[in-house]
Amino acid sequence: MRGVPPLPADGVSTSPGPDFAGAACPIPIAEHETIQLAHGGGGRLTKTLIETIFVPQFANAALDELHDGAVLDIGGSRLAFTTDSFVVRPIFFPGGDIGTLAINGTVNDLAMCGARPLGLSAGVILEEGFPIEDLRRVAVSMKRAAERAAVSIVTGDTKVVDRGKGDGVYINTSGVGVVPPGVAISPKLARPGDVVLLSGSMAVHGIAIMSVREGLEFGTELTSDTAPLSGIVDALVSRLGSRVHVLRDPTRGGVATSVNELAMSGGVGIVLDERSLPVHEQVQGACEILGLDPLYVANEGIFLAIVERAVAEEALAIVRADPLGGGAVIVGEVVAEHPGMAWLATRIGGTRVLDLLSGEQLPRIC
Amino acid sequence: MRFVDEYRREPEVGRVLETLRRVAVHPSTIMEICGGQTHTLLRSGIDRMLPHTVTVVHGPGCPVCVTPLEMIDRAIAIARRPRTILASFGDMLRVPGSGTDLLAVKSQGGDVRIVYSPLDAVALAAAHPDREVVFFAVGFETTAPANAMAVWQAHRRRLANFSILTAHVLVPPAIEAILGAPGNRIQGFLAAGHVCAIMGYEDYEPIAERYRVPIVVTGFEPLDLVHGLFMTVAALEEGRVGVWNQYSRAVRRKGNVEARRMIDEVFEVCDRPWRGIGVIPRSGYRLRAAYEAYDALTRFDVAGIGATESPLCIAGTILQGIKRPDECAAFGGRCSPEHPLGAPMVSSEGACAAYHRYRRTA
Repeated sequence: MRGVPPLPADGVSTSPGPDFAGAACPIPIAEHETIQLAHGGGGRLTKTLIETIFVPQFANAALDELHDGAVLDIGGSRLAFTTDSFVVRPIFFPGGDIGTLAINGTVNDLAMCGARPLGLSAGVILEEGFPIEDLRRVAVSMKRAAERAAVSIVTGDTKVVDRGKGDGVYINTSGVGVVPPGVAISPKLARPGDVVLLSGSMAVHGIAIMSVREGLEFGTELTSDTAPLSGIVDALVSRLGSRVHVLRDPTRGGVATSVNELAMSGGVGIVLDERSLPVHEQVQGACEILGLDPLYVANEGIFLAIVERAVAEEALAIVRADPLGGGAVIVGEVVAEHPGMAWLATRIGGTRVLDLLSGEQLPRIC
Repeated sequence: MRFVDEYRREPEVGRVLETLRRVAVHPSTIMEICGGQTHTLLRSGIDRMLPHTVTVVHGPGCPVCVTPLEMIDRAIAIARRPRTILASFGDMLRVPGSGTDLLAVKSQGGDVRIVYSPLDAVALAAAHPDREVVFFAVGFETTAPANAMAVWQAHRRRLANFSILTAHVLVPPAIEAILGAPGNRIQGFLAAGHVCAIMGYEDYEPIAERYRVPIVVTGFEPLDLVHGLFMTVAALEEGRVGVWNQYSRAVRRKGNVEARRMIDEVFEVCDRPWRGIGVIPRSGYRLRAAYEAYDALTRFDVAGIGATESPLCIAGTILQGIKRPDECAAFGGRCSPEHPLGAPMVSSEGACAAYHRYRRTA
């Protein structure tokens, strides 16, 4: 056949042949001396960066929770405080834009502390040459998202950098909220026997963004799931109180990364059941083609809740009653075994480690 | 999802596993050549469900793992050049060269871009006539047709600023090298379904005869893997030798004739060094003389870049299936996906990375 390498006629290699015994490998790469993109990927490198650079410098009780936000005691009431920066590309994507994300992201971080949002700040860094009309669109999106979440943007800041020194627009938002009495949410509170609830389908946001990213455009009707989760969380914690132990929105790094973080900070094991994990068919199709695992793809409109097993059905009913939580399911449980690790019960009846990714998910060769 | 979910269901996979347990009376050692199959085995937990008589060993079928160190260094040298775009599949970016990797070069300002298809690199060349665009053409027979097509299209479009850095490798010579090596303990092979979808499996028939082994062309879903293992074990138990096609929904005996014609138009077979293994005769592709103008190796004078490997890791014994990744002293300690000592820990398809992700003990 054309193009097929002929085999040696005598069946024996004509050269000295490969030397398996003497096989060797490359020397290791030293610690990174510069920031890599993967340092921002939400995986192991991000964790290492935070733990080696920031935590030792800033260490204090509120920070050591390593939660989405800090909870501060202020004269008897508890104030949740959080901040997040948004550098998404492209700025406009199906289902939202950087402004929608900037509001929902911070509202959701507050919600994951069990807090009702009170007010937000917005810091905007603009690149010289960025179209005013685009900025207006972003501002309108921020206004609409804030209205939907019933929160006001109460303070802000604007800076402009030289052309080429930014990527159009970056937004930082911070937020404060009040944690109602009787609510005690902390990643440290997961207990063996608790169940893990997921409020909706995985990986929608990440795939919607990828579908319009340069060099990767593919046809899909998917839109980002970005949405404020404060209402649904308020319903959950005001009905179930301290029986809701942990809340987490699995944004960067996806559900797998969040579950690993929760296992580590709670000192417990978590087992997810692959069969119960909800994934839209379009999302699954895109992931199959791109070689991505939806467990590691970003979400913006779903959350994980770890609740007492006794209230699992009630929690499901509360979350499902909200249009944003219609697809809620129990996806796993907290166990005493393998503390600090997450495991997956696979669809075919096997088990395996559900690991943190080292860097960003990279498209595979074949 | 149709054509996917059917191959991932517990009842079907369980039934085949049960049959496999019944027939697997004698100990057998089977190698899956392809890293994608290694990952399915570990990702779905099949490795923990096999009968104790069946040992699977993970072969050298990960293009990232076997691309020689000096080739990575050459790609890095090219990526550092001014006015040059190095385009690559994503998972090559994390593979360490002698001193650094392409991700680090990118973070230092090198123009390194991830593409999903070599034709995207051709489009980059057309869009940036003032830049050199180099595609890092790695992979087995699977990626060869598209890489050949990229060169062929660039030639037709007279894109003088396009070239490829070729590190193509071929499966059948690797199987022969493993079977012919002293101390070989592999008794049967799962051949890579996607490679055979391109090349067919005629080439495997004389190998099966010569070395008296069963070879089963196998797909990538959990059901494919257990089915392929069952077919191999059944052949071993019955003393049958030959090539069988488990992946018949995608593979024909002669493969994809058009794709092979495109490969043959642009590439010719050559000796090729494999990282962690050494030179395997007639185990790779290089550009034919008619297309040598598109060879980045000569265009950028990087052919002289050599590299010495450190003897710290045992990739060769792992790629040959003599040792399991978790039998390496450095596994999980000095060697991890963040700080790989060897290529099999780097790629998402590498055996060591698969073990690290899915099989660490609590």
